Amino acid sequence: MAAGAHLSLPYMDLTLDNGLRVLIHEEHAVPLACVNLWYHVGSKDEVPGRTGLAHLFEHLMFEGSLNVPAGKFDQWLEQEGGVNNGSTSADRTNYWETVPAHALELALFLEADRLGGMLPALTRERFEAQRDVVRNERRQSYENRPYGLASELLSAALYPPGHPYSWPTIGYMKDLDGMTFEDALAFGGMHYTPPGATLAIAGAVDAGEVERLVRKHFGGIPGSARAATLTELAVQPRAETLVHEDDVQLPRLYLGWHSPAMYAPGDAELDVAGVVLAHGRAARLQHALVHERELAQGVACYQYSALLSSTFRVVVTARPGTTLQQLHDEVMAMLHELAADGPTERELERARNGIETEHIDALQSVGGFGGRADRLNSYLFYAGDPDYAGRDLARYRELDPAGVAARLRECIAKPAVRLSVVPRGRTDLAVT
Amino acid sequence: MTLPFRLPAPRPVTVPRSERFTLANGITVHVVERRALPIVEVLVVLRAGAETDPAHLAGRAWITGELFAEGTKRRDGRAFGDAVDTLGATFHTRAGWDDAALSLHVLRPRLEPALELLAEALTEPAFEEAAFAQKQRERLASLLQEKSEPRALAGNAFARTAYPAGHPYARPLAGTEASIGALTAADAAAHYREWCSTASACVVVVGDTSVAELAPVLERTIGSWRTALAAAPPAIPAVPLQDGPRVVLVERAGAPQAELRVGHPGTPRRTPAYFPLAVLNTVVGGAFTSRINMRLREEKGYTYGARSGFSHRHGPGPFVVSTAVEAAATADSVSEILKELVRIREEPVGEVELERARRYLTLGMARAFEGTSGVAEHIAEQVVYGLGDDYYEHFAERIRAVDAVAVQAAARAHVHPAHATIVVVADGAVAAELGEVTQSPVTRVSE
Repeated sequence: MAAGAHLSLPYMDLTLDNGLRVLIHEEHAVPLACVNLWYHVGSKDEVPGRTGLAHLFEHLMFEGSLNVPAGKFDQWLEQEGGVNNGSTSADRTNYWETVPAHALELALFLEADRLGGMLPALTRERFEAQRDVVRNERRQSYENRPYGLASELLSAALYPPGHPYSWPTIGYMKDLDGMTFEDALAFGGMHYTPPGATLAIAGAVDAGEVERLVRKHFGGIPGSARAATLTELAVQPRAETLVHEDDVQLPRLYLGWHSPAMYAPGDAELDVAGVVLAHGRAARLQHALVHERELAQGVACYQYSALLSSTFRVVVTARPGTTLQQLHDEVMAMLHELAADGPTERELERARNGIETEHIDALQSVGGFGGRADRLNSYLFYAGDPDYAGRDLARYRELDPAGVAARLRECIAKPAVRLSVVPRGRTDLAVT
Repeated sequence: MTLPFRLPAPRPVTVPRSERFTLANGITVHVVERRALPIVEVLVVLRAGAETDPAHLAGRAWITGELFAEGTKRRDGRAFGDAVDTLGATFHTRAGWDDAALSLHVLRPRLEPALELLAEALTEPAFEEAAFAQKQRERLASLLQEKSEPRALAGNAFARTAYPAGHPYARPLAGTEASIGALTAADAAAHYREWCSTASACVVVVGDTSVAELAPVLERTIGSWRTALAAAPPAIPAVPLQDGPRVVLVERAGAPQAELRVGHPGTPRRTPAYFPLAVLNTVVGGAFTSRINMRLREEKGYTYGARSGFSHRHGPGPFVVSTAVEAAATADSVSEILKELVRIREEPVGEVELERARRYLTLGMARAFEGTSGVAEHIAEQVVYGLGDDYYEHFAERIRAVDAVAVQAAARAHVHPAHATIVVVADGAVAAELGEVTQSPVTRVSE
């Protein structure tokens, strides 16, 4: 497919003596540059009782470093018309700056200074202040939000106690309360090192000049041993049915099954199953449950891919008058139907074409979450190859309806987790 | 402390230039060629926004917008969605206050069939009863859900308090239980006939195509649309300042955070104060380093984030400061917000802070034009508000011309803490302190 030719991003690949791997991609269509750093550590590398540390540490990284006084990180970037952000997931932590191309060195300087010099500059005050911010993030994004706690309940049911995917990346409030300044220092010392990170730069830059600036700013950071991070862990699925009463008006059902890890065989098939079932107006669950029979207010179905293992999920919200048991039975019937016969050729074409458009679209941005620099790092992290994009898209071209059916059969044959979130006092609406 | 190196001078931002041509039915098409990727974005913009809703039919424009995707004279919603999705295209519709738009995003090899579908939705929508009824029930269920959603409670309470009863902006854009319940499919068809007109429509295309490639297919599809002329939408009334602050507490027992909205009606998009207000807002609450965000998040740790903004519409959309703070900090947060709104009126902004705000806005423009949607939306904005085709070419110089005197004058004219509406969605325990810091009676509403 002609579009596929665009997916291959040429890049310069080098590793500094201190172990930092660097990827440099030139793209001159727009005068922007993005600096993107992935630390190969996430909440999966925490320990029970100290959950939320990886994400709290991410917050601390914005609070200044040896040569960057507190507050200056954002001020200096804004001064040059730049924006920045970061995120923590179970698998990894990423940071990026997108700047007009003239300010490339500023972004590199800021990332290098906090890789090498954040810990020595960290104070108890900054730790306490960001802990308060994170507590508020937890309240805003999870506790003070309808269905906000569903994701952590689902994770704890899908994975056994002690499994790194069983706790939420934001952390439990009691763990955040008990976190210490020393915990943060130890975490950073172990994981925030040159060999524990990969740096991608994309945009209207000259690769040779970028290499010079990278060596200038990152070269002096001492190397160290790469800390071990978790890359594999077997899962024993177990069936769970749980009910959570919440401040919600409409009941919602979450279903989850274990599935193949990111880019493993079967991962693409289940992506396609999710699209066929619930993505777009003509998708099976959308049409039947939301439009034709109006049993559901909304439905989503997707393969949630991750490093250690993935989960295949259905999330469906009931209209007033519909119970979650009813919805559950309808959803399962349609899943079994797809698992028996597979998608039609037309459904497969629809899924493939939509996925292809998404892949090309992602190339529009050099920076930000999901932009070119982020994708180079993501493919390196998950697939071992920064230039995996073509191979990624090819997986969808290579699968067939029988394969989708087989993978879905295998998936939903496993023990399922079923979480009902219902209005207070309405456990009668739940799945039993 | 300064940087240990010197940055090169910033490059001036190149604003994309569009070419224009006119279809036989009078619709102007704006085209920006971008060949780097095989993507095309098409936006059909109509002067059919919520400002046209009759008072008792709030949500009419919104629901009509939703129904463009729910069936044409040739095929029903499912068949239409299947056709669009099978091309790998995305088709969206939206209705805002000032316009409605149908948008298409597709890879170049499938542009022609996608354009035909877009034209079909635009020119032959069915507004069929069953599809309408489903949307109506879906919206009513959403309204029910809003009763447990602090952000929706805050926004709705703010609009109906800050604007006088009967003012269009007092109502939710997507309607209330009463107004949505009163609507019929015939209302959607009437809205379409009355307001979706070739005389007030335009098309914006950005991506891997050109005027020469587009003209034949657009002429054949969208160019064949014939409508009556539409009237101009009614003017939106100005809103006099209310006498003093007005404080509303929407009670949610046990809420761990308070959702706050502090503000008042603002100014229309064509205000002469637009550029000073853009700089003012960046300083006060429009960037991470803004005063309100720094104070409430970084200094006090009360919140995950706080921001302010002007909604410049055809009429005076609101100026509002928004945040969610831990419950115990509710009164102090309101107090700090009001202090910042007083300060921007009383104290000229220092040059360092001002220059940072100007540079953030001007140098940051390059990001706005990176993708096809950003470019398309900026051109659409120029058309919807009559800003002129070269508006963004002069944007940077007009921002650079804003000085501390202009910001303070704009603050005195357009930022009114003493006449603000303050909405708090929180546990009732905050009422007493709230009354103290605002020196106002607190109207309590239970949800």
